[in-house]
Amino acid sequence: MPVDEKKLAELRKKARETRKTVLQMIAGAASGHPGGSLSCIEIMVALFERLRLDPKNPHWKERDRFVMSKGHAAPVLYACLADKGFFPKEELKTLRKLGSRLQGHPETTTPGVDVPTGSLGHGLSMANGMALAGKLDKAKWRVYALLGDGECDEGQVWEAAATAAHHKLDNVVAIVDRNMVQLDGPTEEIKRLGNLAEKFRSFGWNAIEVDGHDFGQIMGALDAAEGFKGKPTALIALTVKGKGVSFAEGKAAYHGKPIVGEELEKALIELEGMKND
Amino acid sequence: MTEPAAAKAEKRATREAYGEALLELGKENKDIVVLDADLSSSTKTSVFAKAFPERFFNLGVSEQDLIGTAAGLAAAGKIPFASTFALFGAGRAWEQARNDVGRGNLNVKMAMTHAGITVGEDGASHQCNEDIAIMRVIPNFTIVSPADAPEAKKAVFAAAGQKGPFYIRLGREAVPVMGEREFKLGKAQTLRDGSDVAIMATGIMVCEALQAAEALSKEGVSAMVVNIHTIKPIDEQAVVEAAKKTGAVVTAEEHSIIGGLGGAVAEVLSENHAVPLKRVGVRDVFGESGKARELLEKYGLTAKNIAAAAKDVVKRK
Repeated sequence: MPVDEKKLAELRKKARETRKTVLQMIAGAASGHPGGSLSCIEIMVALFERLRLDPKNPHWKERDRFVMSKGHAAPVLYACLADKGFFPKEELKTLRKLGSRLQGHPETTTPGVDVPTGSLGHGLSMANGMALAGKLDKAKWRVYALLGDGECDEGQVWEAAATAAHHKLDNVVAIVDRNMVQLDGPTEEIKRLGNLAEKFRSFGWNAIEVDGHDFGQIMGALDAAEGFKGKPTALIALTVKGKGVSFAEGKAAYHGKPIVGEELEKALIELEGMKND
Repeated sequence: MTEPAAAKAEKRATREAYGEALLELGKENKDIVVLDADLSSSTKTSVFAKAFPERFFNLGVSEQDLIGTAAGLAAAGKIPFASTFALFGAGRAWEQARNDVGRGNLNVKMAMTHAGITVGEDGASHQCNEDIAIMRVIPNFTIVSPADAPEAKKAVFAAAGQKGPFYIRLGREAVPVMGEREFKLGKAQTLRDGSDVAIMATGIMVCEALQAAEALSKEGVSAMVVNIHTIKPIDEQAVVEAAKKTGAVVTAEEHSIIGGLGGAVAEVLSENHAVPLKRVGVRDVFGESGKARELLEKYGLTAKNIAAAAKDVVKRK
């Protein structure tokens, strides 16, 4: 369904707030991955707007499933789950701390997390497994997985891509956060990924490229994916690593380095000024 | 030693029993699903595939995807049995077993065939003498290594009936079917009582252990034989009691002497009741092509080797 301007403004506001929350969570933990968290904020906010979930009953059988395959963006997942009411927002401060339910990478002990992730390349296979179960049960729920682009270096991603296409898993959507930067540097310099949409198409997928910071495009593509039958859909979301924080944008240096102290102050001021348009 | 008496008994491969068990389970429970990685005719999941094609998923030659997909099916309420050869299921997909299945404590049953050296002619690339060691270190997994076909069938049913990750170790070769006995997960079976030495065996070495005990009795050595089908959690009480009663222990497994049953028993005994111990198994070497029996003999995995080890530990008491 088309999203009206009022809704878009609301989502942009939520994205801005989520960015701030996530940066503060990572700073509070004094460890984490700001770059790849900031790049997937709009994708995650859009997804959690769409997912059919019941925060009071995390194991509701008919829920949509979400797999955070790029598990290092866990803070964004936790912020979205808390925003939905899966657990108190207060708990977000415990990220990466001893005894917390909010581990450095997702664990099933967190309400709303169905499968553990964090080791790259695993998520799409698990998403496929859930989707096969859904097909067997003739269920209406759908499965979404968020992958990093650097993650697509992993061979298992392509094993899973072949599986999803072979089994015609049109209840699966793989979203790739194509921020062009991995831990050691630009993806095209480390090991050229090339045109990911074409790669997925050649594996038998429906593939759509979107601006991964444009809610209209993301929501539209998610609608299109739900209506597309017979093939799984890949959304290649073109994004900017470190999006919203000028000095971190496009930089590999902030892949796994928290933004703290004066830099955090600066980042939060910048985000405050981020427009809702 | 002459031709083992048990050779005259009925012989069946544990993988055959696995296929049968899956078929029965599939009829009983529609949540049972089976996955394979292009080896279904060898692992015997093909039996299930033929009866329940809609609940069988062949993922092609991709073991990491096999275990990951099984994890997803389990997370959505199914009871997946995932099979391929032990080396590839436990080895290549170890990290998926650890990070998806173990860490998520998911209800995945990894039933891997062609374990051990008796894979035979395929040689070292396909022989798996490491799986017990590498699976044993993953939290939440229950590890079962059945001694014969009937026990394999019971183990598969037990795994289906108990929530949580399982690793079931199955073989390629037809092995003697031993007498009917009660199977309880985590509970070692004393198959023969004895007072001089306890032989603790698993998998196809249980039958060899019984033959060794028979031979030892003729030489005046009274050997107890304990079948440790559940390697994890190991029956600590049974291991310690057998050590206390006999004062000497031999372990026997078709696996490396490092980290497998021998390692597990050594851990229990050294912390609780240390006695002279000798581990019979594949030494720290790779195997080679050959017939199963030839390999067992060349690599020291026979009743004769067990008996020699038993006499050695008795001397060290």
